[in-house]
Amino acid sequence: MEATCHSAIWRDSELTCADETGQLVEAIQFAHGNSQPLRIRGSGSKFFFGHSIVGTVLDVSKHAGILSYEPSELVLTARAGTKLSEITKALSESEQMLGFEPPFFGKNATLGGTIACGFSGPRRPFSGSARDFVLGVKCINGKGQFLAFGGQVIKNVAGYDVSRLMVGALGSLGVLCEISLKVLPKFELEVTRIREMDEIGACKEMVRLAGFSLPISAMSYYQGLLRVRLSGTENGILAAQAVVGGEVDNSGEEYWLQLREQQLRYFNRNQPLWRLSVPATTPRLPFADDCLIDWGGALRWVYTDQPADSVFMAAKQAGGHATMFRPDTHWPTDRFSQLSDPVAGIHARLKSAFDPAGILNPGIMYADV
Amino acid sequence: MVGYNGKASILRELCAEMTPEIEKIRSNNKLAQDLRSIVGADAVITEEEALRPFECDGLTAYRELPLMVVLPATIEEVQRIMKACSENSVPVVTRGAGTGLSGGALPLPDGVLLSLTRMSKILEINAPAKTARVQPGVRNLAISEAVRHLGLYYAPDPSSQIACSIGGNVAENSGGVHCLKYGLTVHNILQLQVVTVNGELLTVGGEGLDSPGYDLLALMTGSEGMLGVVVEVLVKLLPIPPSAQVVMASFDDIERAGQSVAAIIGAGILPAGLEMMDRYAIQAAEDFVHAGYPVDAAAILLCELDGTLEEVRDQIDKVERILRDQGAVDTWVARDEQARQRFWSGRKAAFPAVGRISPDYYCIDGTIPRRELGKVLIKINELSNQYNLRVANVFHAGDGNLHPLILYDANKPGELEQTEELGNRILELCVEVGGTVTGEHGVGVEKLRPMCLQFEDAVLDHFHAVKAAWDPETLLNPGKAVPTLARCAEFNSMHVHGGNLPFSNLERF
Repeated sequence: MEATCHSAIWRDSELTCADETGQLVEAIQFAHGNSQPLRIRGSGSKFFFGHSIVGTVLDVSKHAGILSYEPSELVLTARAGTKLSEITKALSESEQMLGFEPPFFGKNATLGGTIACGFSGPRRPFSGSARDFVLGVKCINGKGQFLAFGGQVIKNVAGYDVSRLMVGALGSLGVLCEISLKVLPKFELEVTRIREMDEIGACKEMVRLAGFSLPISAMSYYQGLLRVRLSGTENGILAAQAVVGGEVDNSGEEYWLQLREQQLRYFNRNQPLWRLSVPATTPRLPFADDCLIDWGGALRWVYTDQPADSVFMAAKQAGGHATMFRPDTHWPTDRFSQLSDPVAGIHARLKSAFDPAGILNPGIMYADV
Repeated sequence: MVGYNGKASILRELCAEMTPEIEKIRSNNKLAQDLRSIVGADAVITEEEALRPFECDGLTAYRELPLMVVLPATIEEVQRIMKACSENSVPVVTRGAGTGLSGGALPLPDGVLLSLTRMSKILEINAPAKTARVQPGVRNLAISEAVRHLGLYYAPDPSSQIACSIGGNVAENSGGVHCLKYGLTVHNILQLQVVTVNGELLTVGGEGLDSPGYDLLALMTGSEGMLGVVVEVLVKLLPIPPSAQVVMASFDDIERAGQSVAAIIGAGILPAGLEMMDRYAIQAAEDFVHAGYPVDAAAILLCELDGTLEEVRDQIDKVERILRDQGAVDTWVARDEQARQRFWSGRKAAFPAVGRISPDYYCIDGTIPRRELGKVLIKINELSNQYNLRVANVFHAGDGNLHPLILYDANKPGELEQTEELGNRILELCVEVGGTVTGEHGVGVEKLRPMCLQFEDAVLDHFHAVKAAWDPETLLNPGKAVPTLARCAEFNSMHVHGGNLPFSNLERF
């Protein structure tokens, strides 16, 4: 197969020429000219997510490296292929962190894949989501144009917020090349408290605790145990522990890591895994006999035999939405909650504005997106 | 008053661009009749005298009478108004409280001004969920006041919060003094009800923490009324922190003050507010409100910490120590709430205080990477001397948002034009050091030109395409927020200094 990209190596329908922006641009221009669908790939750690799609793999993992990081500015800019592990290591050296505590789902997980999926970990309700921390992106649209949106400053209202639109768009609007993030200082101290409780009680208790101004940074319920993580100054945590109650969980740090990475035994099942994002005040879900609760009640991981439509409906009735997060290989139906017609129309028009030939991860989220 | 008086040169261009056939359209009584049948006769204004209060927003240099003003009271009325206007291809400008500082709600002579002030009810307060469902005309501060008894508040606190509306906050993605720690509007809302240009009602976002599909909530926030009409907002509320404490430090060197900001943040402290003022601003504020500021200081820094009593106590000592280590001449910790309020009173009154010492002033709103502060201030000082116009600097130091206030006298011939030019030079400088032409006031009509400097054509093209995805006929607030490529071409051709392209050394992608 011919490619215009100078050092292109096509290997088993995989294009791996992409260590330079110019080469990525050429590769996408070539694909655009040939209406060749592309499957954008970082490390492949999140390939389970979204609809399975057909297309030439565009490997962006070599487009890597931290471009700038000024701890005192709380801003980091890195290429999309940069490994998350490299970023968290650099941040750690300055006692800083990614505020949205992203899951890796693989040791080679890249920043680009993380932002494209828009995944956020246990800290999300308390300090913000992936999109909350994105300040700017440079990306290549479906025509092969290199575009810079947003910037590297925390406050910026010039032009539409296209950078945040890219977060969670699963690459369907543009191939992410560079991402600027706001980062946060690490806390002096983190302590996890643990309490025995039933699910109904835990749902109420998490909502109650969230009503206080406390240095809470995570709340989860699993197998009869409510866990509350406190992050802050020593005296701040000492005082908060009295309000939260329970005992110190010495394996707390490991718990949050395993929860984030879906390595708890709960996630070991050979069954499709549902993710329900609902208001934290949602009572115990009717079909969720065995439910793992994160985000202080706002995120429910569920295994169920209910038909997909019932799960989508239950999430909608609760004021949220459901996602078939880890399908089995023959998952028969939609993986994302349906959009209303006018909202779907806006999606289709945005998609065609950024990717008129429909070559970027086509169909990964919805049929025409 | 913020903004500046008198007519600006850009306004004349803008009006010429609109090619108004005002008389023809004003005689279009059919539309007025249609709208009266929707909202009632007293909620459609067409008489010139009654239109006058709507001729500008907080940026008073730009004034224009709208074709008519409509004041709907319900979502359904907004839908029917939009349908009627789009069927007649009449442009619509949405207006909240009219406190915007960039002319985003400037009426169009051939357009309807949709004022949402009658939609000002708080519809639902959900204390356990910590949310409030409010109509767009609700004042920002009214939300916090309505939930205070529950120990909750709405975090974004733009300085106009006593008057500005939540719908306008969404349109501008408003921040406030506390946004370094608590974020902007985009971080503090969950869901919007939006009426599209043709009258459809959309729900954007959700009651949970995210929603399926593209993040249209983020896209709508800060879109300056260009994509749809926000008719309902579900805002997030936060528990009121039990303790807040402020430290003030004085410096004899403004760059050292800037380095102190970096040192505080570098030490892992995320202050609730971190503000800086230069000598000029300090003196004006002190003359006005007697906040106890050291008038001989080159700069002062105000650093507020909030949280539980214990957390604040732990951090306040640390901050004071850092400030001393960084060479602060003096530091003061407000020992009680009264002292805290007094420390802040000067900062909060900085704009009107500058207004007292000058007939007019023009507020600039650029953001810069904080490390460039020293360089930018020196350059602003040079420009100030060059243009012979005084500049006072007020700085949201935590997030890099700089508000130079240019002091001028609109009655002196040519001084307004000089002020505009100086303002543009300062914004150029912000872009040059990697910043942006508007941190929080929006583009509106005021910053269309600097937008041409910040963005290349392909990006502006995509902004227009984003608008077209919502508003294909360009009827919502047309001509605002994103300059046309033709306008940029014209502007850039005038902008060549001594044969050099602006920022020819800059990468432009």
